[in-house]
Amino acid sequence: MSLEFCASMRDRGFEMELTVEEGETIAILGPNGAGKSTLLQLIAGLLKPDSGRATLNDRMLFDVMPSGRERWLAPHERGISLLAQDALLFPHLNAIDNVAFGPRSAGASRSDARDRARTWLDRVEATDLAGRKPAQLSGGQAQRVAVARALASEPALLLLDEPMAALDVSVAPAMRRMLRHVLHGRTAIIVTHDVLDAFTLADRVVVLDDGRIVDVGPTRTVLDRPATPFAAELAALNLLVGIPAGGGVLTDSGHRVTTSSTRPAAASARIGVAVRPTDVTVRVREPEAHRTGENVLAGMVTDLELRGDVIRVRSAELAADLHPRTVAELNLEPGMRVWFSFAEEDAIAYPL
Amino acid sequence: MASRTNHSYAGVPGWIVIVATIGATFVVLPLVAMLTRVNWSEFASLISSESSVAALWLSLRTSVTATALCVIVGVPIALVLARTKFWGQKVLRSLVLLPLVLPPVVGGIALLATFGRRGLLGQSFETFGVTIAFSSVAVVLAQTFVALPFLVLSLEGALRTVGTRYEEVAATLGARPTTVVRRITLPLVLPALLAGAVLSFARALGEFGATLTFAGSLQGVTRTLPLEIYLQRETDPDAAVALSLVLVLVSVIVVAVAHQAGEANGIRQRGTA
Repeated sequence: MSLEFCASMRDRGFEMELTVEEGETIAILGPNGAGKSTLLQLIAGLLKPDSGRATLNDRMLFDVMPSGRERWLAPHERGISLLAQDALLFPHLNAIDNVAFGPRSAGASRSDARDRARTWLDRVEATDLAGRKPAQLSGGQAQRVAVARALASEPALLLLDEPMAALDVSVAPAMRRMLRHVLHGRTAIIVTHDVLDAFTLADRVVVLDDGRIVDVGPTRTVLDRPATPFAAELAALNLLVGIPAGGGVLTDSGHRVTTSSTRPAAASARIGVAVRPTDVTVRVREPEAHRTGENVLAGMVTDLELRGDVIRVRSAELAADLHPRTVAELNLEPGMRVWFSFAEEDAIAYPL
Repeated sequence: MASRTNHSYAGVPGWIVIVATIGATFVVLPLVAMLTRVNWSEFASLISSESSVAALWLSLRTSVTATALCVIVGVPIALVLARTKFWGQKVLRSLVLLPLVLPPVVGGIALLATFGRRGLLGQSFETFGVTIAFSSVAVVLAQTFVALPFLVLSLEGALRTVGTRYEEVAATLGARPTTVVRRITLPLVLPALLAGAVLSFARALGEFGATLTFAGSLQGVTRTLPLEIYLQRETDPDAAVALSLVLVLVSVIVVAVAHQAGEANGIRQRGTA
């Protein structure tokens, strides 16, 4: 057991229970305002909950009773480093002194702290930046130094709050590779908007919405079989939700969908059906006869969005990725009535 | 630095420039007028008379001490006002800044009521054989009283501008609160601290009313330069003007230093790319 956390904050509508195993990296996903930053601030000790309890490696972080009795460990006593979106390097210290700050604060001698700082700068491939002031570093370089600084204090738990959100697209991959390297075997929580981060960095994913955990599990499971519209959107999947009906699924919007993988389930159980937008086609006339094994759902185009070299055509329920040529030929525009279709072997059904 | 040639549209109406010019003249003209009254041939001897040197020397010593006191108690006050929340905080801030608007004579009377022979604390000091009123210590206390708000005001603003984000990072890196103040907070607001200290020094140097009321006017003990100038004006106007010029020069230097510190304010932090 590494981190055991349970806390609530009434005015933020926050109520969460979370466990992170020793050496595990978990990714926190969720829309804006879901409580991701609140979670990190509570763990780091920058916020006090109304009530709750948390321990890190059996050390009490806080124990706050609703009655007002509380035990509380100050942030500097927790051994938890927080890496934010902005590097927040101390502007008056050069890179190596920024990294040496943690060891110095823990009581290391000046030379010892510098040695350790140099080791960490090596590990994030920033050795040659040691003597520079933060103002002389690019965003990517500053964030590397910030990672070294966060790790140099040898935290029992590392918190990362969208560490790559403020970086250039061109430097993010190198940063991701470096994080993958340094996070290996380390207890860490990373808040991210990027499904790629979840796949490359995390063992487990926690999806938050409205101050609560709505889905949790191994990254692949959560993103291949999303349980929430948010997770489906992140994983770039269509998610249809319904109940089993006669060997297929009756979706909440009243469509019948068959999938080759539908297994008998309890009649009352809710079922999710995931379909890739690339496997969905769009027609502007209702097909007269359905081919067997094809699902056809009528819908209204709500939105067209250019994504890379395809155009995503959305209705309230489904999205299809089409070649721009196809969109032009069909003369698609918002408000048009269309028929989406996908083969049943392209749809995966799973109990929610 | 702004370039001297300005190519961008300013949009300041002509009449505003005229009023501004009149206002600036109002400030500068008296200084020029004073220069015309200086008795240059005897200037050196006037400012080097025994009483003048004693007053100047006393002023510098007490002002430096008062500035040091302002820093010692002003930094904690600014930190508490900027970084904590408590009941009655707004009232406390107003009270601390009160000497800024209070007539100095009133400040002197208040200090007398506190540290005077029969004052609130003065009586207890008296039993230990310590007399504060009408001593050099009283001069320093009067100067500290009127100069403190300048330091607190300047520093509190800077602390709020800098924000708490760096301090939070430092805490999560394992730094104790004292370490955070020493290694992060104070270095970040150092320019504002310097500017505030310089302003406090200037205010202490010019202090007159509270000093006269609370400390009196004893040559070499409590008669600071402004008091000396006021007294000389009656007996030896030439000496008063010469000493005034000295005070103007010191003030100009102080303002220049404060301005420099202000320019360097906020060690520029590069935003993320």
